[in-house]
Amino acid sequence: MKLKGAQIIIETLIEQGAKTVFGYPGGQVIDIYDALYLAKDRINHIITAHEQGASHAADGFARASGEVGVVIATSGPGATNLVTGIATAYLDSVPLVAITGNVPNSLIGRDSFQEVDITGVTLPITKHNFFVRNIEELAPTIREAFRIAKSGRPGPVLVDIPKDVQQAIYEYEAAPVVEKDPIPEVDMDAVAEAAKMINASEKPYIYIGGGAITDNAGSEIAALADKIDAPIGCTMMGISAVPTSNPRWLGMEGMHGHYASSIAQNEADLIITAGCRFSDRGTGNVSKYARNAKIIHIDIDASELNKNIKANLGLTGSIKKVFAALCDAVEERKLPQWNARIDELKAYTEDLERQGDVITPFTAIDAIMETAENAGEDIIVATDVGQHQMWAAQRFDFKTPRTFISSGGLGTMGFGMGAAIGASTATGKKTVLITGDGSFGMNLNELATAVTNQSPVVIFVMNNGVLGMVRQWQTLFFDKHYSNTTLQRKTDFIKVAEAFGLPAFRVGNIPGLTCSSNCGDCSNMDSCIGTLDELKAVLKKAFEVKGPVLIDCTIDCDAFVLPMLPPGGSIDDIIVDPTSND
Amino acid sequence: MENFVISILVTNRSGVLTRVSSMFTRRGFNIDTLTVGETESPEFSRITVTHRGDKAVCEQIVKQLEKMYDVQKVQVMQRDTTVARELLLIKVKHFSEQRQDIMSIADVFRAKIIDFSQQALVIELQGATSKINAFIELLKPYGILEMCRTGLVALERGGNCLKD
Repeated sequence: MKLKGAQIIIETLIEQGAKTVFGYPGGQVIDIYDALYLAKDRINHIITAHEQGASHAADGFARASGEVGVVIATSGPGATNLVTGIATAYLDSVPLVAITGNVPNSLIGRDSFQEVDITGVTLPITKHNFFVRNIEELAPTIREAFRIAKSGRPGPVLVDIPKDVQQAIYEYEAAPVVEKDPIPEVDMDAVAEAAKMINASEKPYIYIGGGAITDNAGSEIAALADKIDAPIGCTMMGISAVPTSNPRWLGMEGMHGHYASSIAQNEADLIITAGCRFSDRGTGNVSKYARNAKIIHIDIDASELNKNIKANLGLTGSIKKVFAALCDAVEERKLPQWNARIDELKAYTEDLERQGDVITPFTAIDAIMETAENAGEDIIVATDVGQHQMWAAQRFDFKTPRTFISSGGLGTMGFGMGAAIGASTATGKKTVLITGDGSFGMNLNELATAVTNQSPVVIFVMNNGVLGMVRQWQTLFFDKHYSNTTLQRKTDFIKVAEAFGLPAFRVGNIPGLTCSSNCGDCSNMDSCIGTLDELKAVLKKAFEVKGPVLIDCTIDCDAFVLPMLPPGGSIDDIIVDPTSND
Repeated sequence: MENFVISILVTNRSGVLTRVSSMFTRRGFNIDTLTVGETESPEFSRITVTHRGDKAVCEQIVKQLEKMYDVQKVQVMQRDTTVARELLLIKVKHFSEQRQDIMSIADVFRAKIIDFSQQALVIELQGATSKINAFIELLKPYGILEMCRTGLVALERGGNCLKD
């Protein structure tokens, strides 16, 4: 069948399984949008307020569903607005296909209106990118983009298509969904070697990252942990790979990890790592990282082995398959001494994390979980970036993989709104966005998208009137020089919500807005914080709303994320109580 | 620190050299020399990179290269089974009384004089990097006006090929 290039693009997207795509029209993609119009009963397009929001929405869609997210933008500024979203997806290994229009071939290289070399711009932040020179290459290139995006270690792929290619007519024939590249067979010799190391270990620690979720390896990981009597810790990206309720689960380690998880990792004599890159946020000072441990490193990406941390044994392959093979190969162990130590650490961690009955970041999260439970909602949690993100990572319980949507590697403030819309679109599940007043301010324009699509997103703004994470660093390491972190904005999020057309609730006085004192200088912030009962009542109402709803909740501007390993520090420098001088 | 010669077979497409070289830049891998040219098959180009560094870094370079879409094959060339050459063009200032000296140095190195004028000689030399370095050192006292080197190209001895 002969079709226009733009139609071939849309047909290829449909053929490759894209049911919902995100994007924003513009001069060099009008043809694509015309093709979308013609195919609107077969493919859903969500227009966001800004291309960045679209890129995060496609990313959130992919993270929550495991499918390839698709985003479309026009040339020039449309394309450059995708850059942060693409980089976010790249650093967290999210499968994404970004389609950009460009000026016609005849105008390329002449600094034409809205011309930008987007393949050049995105070179270091894509798994690969393509400039489609002619119509013959069009459909095969888009298929190739899907194959690359989802194979092995997933990642974003950009396809830049000049307008004349979109307008050319060419033969199109539907093709099947492209298969992922075959995964290399498990190296059984290496598995035997690993099993020997595991059998000889007295203090094994399983350490998993986002790769465990990509490979859906949670049950194999839990099975190995049971067999060798080992605890499981994770990076932020590994959260939700194994249910939080698993008794072996220690949760996140690293800069803001749980005390037990970080300390146990440091005391371990063997760390079995899977799907993680030993990021500096996880390891701290690498020369002091896990000094007592041998390291087995399993990853689908061979280049991760020995990149940041030298492993005693590296294994390239599927985490799911390697863990299954390891489970068969190892001896069943009971390690009462090690587990007694773990229990001790867990008990201490619980003490550290115990809360009173006032609103704190943790009690607010507890109240959200309780409300969701009562409402029978199986929620997805999305976050922005900052303190609220770490609190969410530390506190929420997760039952199933892909229910924690957060920008790990790039740490993109402003990620949350788009991501929450994408995640809720992919799953139909109620999505709670935990955000802060700083992050929310970055991309709150996407409220428009959430309202238009009636996305079931509960936006929970932990409002402390400051950029809390930077403030925390300023408190600890910069002599309380609160440079540009005390926002004191007069923005009324309730009115903002009203203007965008969604219901909103406030809990507490907002520093600098409904409270006369300026947060950051105020010595009595407690008076601005609402009560837990108030919060619970508001949450109950908010969860009854079908579409988007906002809760603006005051929290203490000096609430810290703890524990903390100072940047570049090691476990020896762990800060548990910042008021003590030890 | 060791010297490594890395041969990379890539798809012959525009932008590939940028992709490969930008990977070196962004990951902080140094490049001593880089050459690129078409191979026996017009579909492929061959890039030869020389790199000075640790073995671990070299391994990381190879793995990062192998991940790239346009990279077909990567091989770290083994010194004893590799023939490697580079080409030097060098312009030396000369006064008539020095001409003979320069020409005899060129003779010893089997270099060719390819341009001869009142002011300068242009000499061509091909060979291993160390030979070229030695030649340049010897010519320095006469006044090197300008020079350019191609960087190393390398092939494995015997019948084995990179594409195999």
